[in-house]
Amino acid sequence: MRLSSKQISLLVLTALIVLAPLFFPSSFYYRVGALVFINGLAVVGIVILTGYAGQISLGHAGFAGIGAYACALAPEHFGIHVGLAALLGAAISAVLAYLVGRPILRLQGYYLGVASLGFGILVAMVLSNEAAVTGGPDGIQVNDLGLRRLLNDLGLSLSNSEFWYAFSGFALLVGAWIALNLHNSPTGRAWRALHGSEVAARTVGVDVARLKLQAFVISAVYASASGSLLALQNRFITPEVAGYMHSIEMVTMAVLGGAGSVLGAIFGATILTVLPQVLTVFAEYEMMMLGLVMMLVMIFMREGVLPSLLRLFRGRGE
Amino acid sequence: MSELMQFLFSGVTVGAVYALVALGFTIIYNASDVVNFAQGEFVMLGGMITVFAHAAGLPLPLAAVLAIVVTGVIGVALNKLAIEPARGAPVVSLIIITIGAAIFIKGVTKLVFDKQLHRFPAFSGDTPIQIMGATILPQSLWVIAGAVAVFIGLFLFFTRTLTGRAVLATSNNRLAAQLVGINTKWVMTLAFSLSAAIGALAGVLVTPITLTSYDVGIALALKGFAAAMLGGMGNPKGALVGGILLGLLEALTAGYISSQYKDAAAFIVILAVLFVMPQGLFGSKSMDRV
Repeated sequence: MRLSSKQISLLVLTALIVLAPLFFPSSFYYRVGALVFINGLAVVGIVILTGYAGQISLGHAGFAGIGAYACALAPEHFGIHVGLAALLGAAISAVLAYLVGRPILRLQGYYLGVASLGFGILVAMVLSNEAAVTGGPDGIQVNDLGLRRLLNDLGLSLSNSEFWYAFSGFALLVGAWIALNLHNSPTGRAWRALHGSEVAARTVGVDVARLKLQAFVISAVYASASGSLLALQNRFITPEVAGYMHSIEMVTMAVLGGAGSVLGAIFGATILTVLPQVLTVFAEYEMMMLGLVMMLVMIFMREGVLPSLLRLFRGRGE
Repeated sequence: MSELMQFLFSGVTVGAVYALVALGFTIIYNASDVVNFAQGEFVMLGGMITVFAHAAGLPLPLAAVLAIVVTGVIGVALNKLAIEPARGAPVVSLIIITIGAAIFIKGVTKLVFDKQLHRFPAFSGDTPIQIMGATILPQSLWVIAGAVAVFIGLFLFFTRTLTGRAVLATSNNRLAAQLVGINTKWVMTLAFSLSAAIGALAGVLVTPITLTSYDVGIALALKGFAAAMLGGMGNPKGALVGGILLGLLEALTAGYISSQYKDAAAFIVILAVLFVMPQGLFGSKSMDRV
């Protein structure tokens, strides 16, 4: 039996998530790992939007902000459990993406970029200005998910960082599984058709507007889920989660690793999450190095790091 | 009435800066179809280099000229080292390259200079001028005059000089321009140095009012980008009008509605304009053939 590329991707990902802790010298690494998975989840959403459907969003952190603040605010104001609050955040993100996406997805390239950027900035601004509700720039506390305690009661005792490593790793696997299935579905093929050429896709009967909207809504839910996970893990959230830089980070991670492939994008998320942790040693140079890496990869490895490396290993021929 | 005048004055001043940033975007976009997100860093560099050259003992005008020249050279380096090698890359890659360049320039500036807020003295003193019950700083007049002068200079350059027409020809059709013997690589280099110098000039003019530090660039780039888009990407007249409109909108929102949401107002209006007129106010209605 030969494995499909989808199965290979999932196996590789599972193996990496399960085996990586063997090399962790301290619990700090679990935390970084969890962050990688949380960022990876958002970036898989960008793969669906940018890598599959070919649309740009510079405002996806807005949805991450909604997911994060839903976890902080819904339990306090509506008395629902934080877990449900995360689902509520995803639902709100989906509805908002649907409403915002309809008009802005008519735009292309840079225009779509600035329109989505505007949306992200609006969300970040509301979160930091409506201090009476959101706690303002200082941030706000988030309730405990309670799942770890439940597991401990059942006899599976995990430290906090171990639990979040496992939980967000699992979330990433589910997200990757859905994205990989979408890639080969009729919808996924139609997305890739419109990525290649919108005009050509339209002439063969692809409903371009509806498909773009679908990709936008699905990727918004990914971003929202990622924001929720971040809030739940940190138990504290600030408007920065919705900030412009976070949006740029998501796109950069995806494109850096290789926006066309789920594994590539997760690889990109890993580099850009781990790099700042390593660079804190050279704190002064961190920003400079980050900018340099972004430029060099985009100039010399246009398809992203992972696809370029794979091609190198396979040799120049097909 | 005097209140309104006050808002208009501050709006036009800020708007003139946005217009200068937007003009920089326009020039590069016309020559190469690249939206340069590092445009705001040129403004920051203009201010920062002037501050430190002045502190090192250079007279202010000389420091300003030095800042503009150095920033122009950095613009050329950006084109030669990052944009030219990436020719033909998709829009997302170009966005990331120029954002990467912005972060890189910011990081280097932080290393070379420092993280403090800086200013240098206004060109003609700080005594406010009274007009119709409102006041305006002399430096604001410098900023506005600077924007108008740059606009007129660019207009003459693009319409009256052979070089300027070569830039226009390149923006219209790169291949055709090459066929009639225009050195399009040189045109791009010129565009990057010109827009970097204009950005730096904006930084020199506005620093006495708004202060500068290594991290002011990105906000300026976003506003300039929005202004260029509002006016119609690639149109110098649009950049000027878009910039001033954006500045006025912000000032009026801050004055009458909420200072916290002034940035939001600008973006809401831009979104509205894009929905109704996706090409912006002055954009050419180029249609994709279907």
